Amino acid sequence: MATAEEIAAQDFSTIVQTHRPQIFRFLLASTRDLDLAETLTQECFLKAHRNWSGFRGDSSAMTWLMRIAINLQKDHWRNRRMQFWRLTQTNSVDLDEASEWLSSGERSAEQKMLAKEQVGRVWQAVKGLSERQRTVFLLRYVEEQELSEIARATGLSEGTVKAHLSRALAKVRAEMGRKQ
Amino acid sequence: MSTKNSADRKSALDEPAGRTELEEQEAALKQVLADFRCSVHAWSDSAMSRPRPVSSAAPHRIWRRALGWALGCVLVAGGVSGSIYERHHQQELARIAAVRQAQQQRLAAEQRAREEEDLLAKVDSDVSREVPSAMEPLARLMAEGETR
Repeated sequence: MATAEEIAAQDFSTIVQTHRPQIFRFLLASTRDLDLAETLTQECFLKAHRNWSGFRGDSSAMTWLMRIAINLQKDHWRNRRMQFWRLTQTNSVDLDEASEWLSSGERSAEQKMLAKEQVGRVWQAVKGLSERQRTVFLLRYVEEQELSEIARATGLSEGTVKAHLSRALAKVRAEMGRKQ
Repeated sequence: MSTKNSADRKSALDEPAGRTELEEQEAALKQVLADFRCSVHAWSDSAMSRPRPVSSAAPHRIWRRALGWALGCVLVAGGVSGSIYERHHQQELARIAAVRQAQQQRLAAEQRAREEEDLLAKVDSDVSREVPSAMEPLARLMAEGETR
């Protein structure tokens, strides 16, 4: 007969399997750094595992994990700013490389080129967003989360989330409207 | 800027031609955002399934960490031993100063004792004279009375 700890561990492994891709995707889009995204994903689940017994289920496991991931990412940028004296190597992928990943679908070569260019512009706009705007934008348009869910994950009010999203979208629009 | 844009959009919405244009723009933006989402998903899926070169990165990091720890330990040990040596050195100096001071005090005490001894000797020699010169006539008279 399985003990309570074994059951909890089993539950947690299911949580990892289910939510790891989403957490990794969010961190990858936020940092554009494969290694860093993997490290932060590991840290996120390690932290979640340590606090798993304290998870009361007030929000969904996904929201809880996303909150941990957002905080880890925030801490990472803060620490990096502090380590100005250290020779930091950034492994961030180039924006052109990031916009390479586009499904071909049923498009002509010209349409594919145009789509790639436009995705590149979105990346450019995302790069210029503030940390909060970027987080909110990615959660809404990449993870397709509801505003209430984003508010819970970020710890902001729904009104603030809306405001950040509107500003982020305005910047994306401005970037799209800019001529090359 | 965004308020200006939204005001422009609002005024454009009032006219049918502007509305169509705006709707087209919104549809295009939606399409771009959908493409963006697809590209991030595809990139993430591909990254998750990529082979990971564990052996090349891990030892390098372990060595770097070990080197960091060793350097840290050396610095800490150096700092601790330096402070111990400094303290010991200070104590030694204090001990030597105390010995010197005691020696000086002893010499001064000996000097004082010698001076006191000399003074006492001088006083003794002055006091032990047989008859003071001022009393000599009286002594003579006393001697003559005794003979009579």
